[in-house]
Amino acid sequence: MPIEVFFAIEVAINGLMAGVMYALVALGFVLIFKASGIFNFAQGVMALFAALTLVGLQTGQIPFAHLINAIFGTRMHHFGWDLPTIVAIIGTMAVMVLLAFLVERLVLKHLVNQEPIILFMATIGLAYLLEGLGDVMWGAEVKQLDVGLPQGASVWIGDTTYALFGYDFFIDKLALWAAGIAAVLVIGLTLFSQYTRQGRALRAVADDHQAALSVGISLRAIWVLTWSIAGFVALVAGIMWGASSGVQFSLSLIALKALPVLILGGFTSIPGAIVGGLIIGVGEKLFDFFFQPIVGGATENWFAYMLALVFLLFRPQGLFGEKIIERV
Amino acid sequence: MIYREAGDYKLTYGADAQTFPIKGDRWAYWLALAFAAAVVPLFLTDYLAFALLVPFLIYVIAALGLNLLLGYCGQLSLGTGGFMAVGAYAAFKLMTAFPGLNIVFVIILAGLVTAAVGVLFGLPSLRIKGFYLAVATLAAQFFLVWLFTRAPWFFNYSPTGMITAPTRTLFGVPITGPSASGVSVYLFCLGFVVVLAWLARNLTRGSLGRSWMAIRDMDIAAEIIGVNPLRAKLSAFAISSFYVGIAGALLFTVALGAAEASEAFGIDKSFLVLFMVIIGGLGSILGAFIGAAFLIIGPVLLKLLLVNNLGWPTDLAAHVEVMIIGTLILVFLIAEPHGLTALWRTLKEKLRLWPFPY
Repeated sequence: MPIEVFFAIEVAINGLMAGVMYALVALGFVLIFKASGIFNFAQGVMALFAALTLVGLQTGQIPFAHLINAIFGTRMHHFGWDLPTIVAIIGTMAVMVLLAFLVERLVLKHLVNQEPIILFMATIGLAYLLEGLGDVMWGAEVKQLDVGLPQGASVWIGDTTYALFGYDFFIDKLALWAAGIAAVLVIGLTLFSQYTRQGRALRAVADDHQAALSVGISLRAIWVLTWSIAGFVALVAGIMWGASSGVQFSLSLIALKALPVLILGGFTSIPGAIVGGLIIGVGEKLFDFFFQPIVGGATENWFAYMLALVFLLFRPQGLFGEKIIERV
Repeated sequence: MIYREAGDYKLTYGADAQTFPIKGDRWAYWLALAFAAAVVPLFLTDYLAFALLVPFLIYVIAALGLNLLLGYCGQLSLGTGGFMAVGAYAAFKLMTAFPGLNIVFVIILAGLVTAAVGVLFGLPSLRIKGFYLAVATLAAQFFLVWLFTRAPWFFNYSPTGMITAPTRTLFGVPITGPSASGVSVYLFCLGFVVVLAWLARNLTRGSLGRSWMAIRDMDIAAEIIGVNPLRAKLSAFAISSFYVGIAGALLFTVALGAAEASEAFGIDKSFLVLFMVIIGGLGSILGAFIGAAFLIIGPVLLKLLLVNNLGWPTDLAAHVEVMIIGTLILVFLIAEPHGLTALWRTLKEKLRLWPFPY
């Protein structure tokens, strides 16, 4: 086979890995959308916030150090310890649960029965609030996140494919880990929602709020639970993105990429989020690969949205979604 | 006692249907206009004009445009930044291709070009709505900005990828370019704001604005009573984009002088204008003014307070500012979904009844 074919295949595989990342963010969206009908724009910023908190806890930064220094003229920045990764992850999870609780208590409770578009705009406000909060708490500089996941090209895959096809495939080990973790996450979430009491309550709320209320399911407890799970998914996504490209503001922009993923996959389908993410990941990489000579690079910026636009015109409910979209 | 409609007799149908039915409001309106046009230029410094008032006036136009679309017609657009870029690049191409063309016509033509592009990207709104539409307009935002940074024809093959506004004059006074003074630019923008706000106010009072509001409140019912959704929605997109395009053209030609699409017209601009509309008040002309004032002048004041008075580092102040804006959005959506205008309206009601509140 000519070398270009191998090259294209390599691009596609790496696109798959980027797609897994998109899918991780999209997963958080779907969870919240199913349980509360809220389109959570802040999901990407939650990933950023989680990653920032994780790094901050791990390296023993003092939260709000910049603010305290500015107000009181002190010069503190670190506690001077390094927490083990697992403790830091548990601590971050606690922060995300607290965040879920606060969001429910301070925001969602007051916006029950509002139009979806108002709720959507509220989550945009939440996104700004969290973005500023993360920066004020932990500082805005790009941070390295190291949780002990292997990185760099997989030598084994390179050697094997070289022996088989005579072409050395370059695949990042971290990407393989990301794919594995995403798979575990999806299986775990599926098991949770199918076989536990809380999971069943979650699905009941997703099906019909009023019916769920009438059989004694606490809507507010479920919302806290959903936002906590979404926070957990955001943490996983934040770890993956942070490990591959550092914890920085651009992390929150992947939230925008998750929107077309959702439109492709359907807003209510967990498998849809995964498949949509993979299609977008592969699609944008291959499109850039084939059309770069003609239209110039950086088509990744808009390809996903244009694909979503085409989907909206011809199949608005997405590949796997329910037909809930209102046609005008 | 001073703010009453008693004794203010309406003798003609025209007087009955006027924009400001209360005499006090009419006076306030003309006084504000006279103050802005005659008194402000007297003490206007170049810094004050270019840092504060000109951006404020330009964002008022953008917020008016988005308010027509979102507040009156109920269609959410996150592509405002992209449409502003269309206006800016159209103005640039017109200015360089036709050097003799008057700057006023350049800006109006740029608005018309943007209106055409807006209609194109508004087409999906005929089939989808809500945040599905938001995603569709995001496509416009990213695609347009990408186009303007990648296709050299749009920036006349300039090696930096920047577009720079050449000097143009109006009645012999330079309006664009490095020699333009703050006062002339301010008055130029003020003229556009007054005309466009007047137009917007009267559009929303007329049959077109009513058809938009019918579509916003319930599209199926609107269709049944004879509103053509195709016409209503596309006209909302066209007129909204016209406003936004004019704002973009003004921002590039008179306020910035030089611009680069991804930096000057990024997604953050779309959100900024959206926040202006939410904070100011959805579906209100005055709201566009209040929202723009709040989000343009507020951060400058905050920066003055935090950086200059308290001596905080600039980046920390910027982050606190982002936090405050986010909090304000939430507070307004929860406590006062109709924005600052609603507070103003309540105040006026109180004033009318004062000092006998019952």
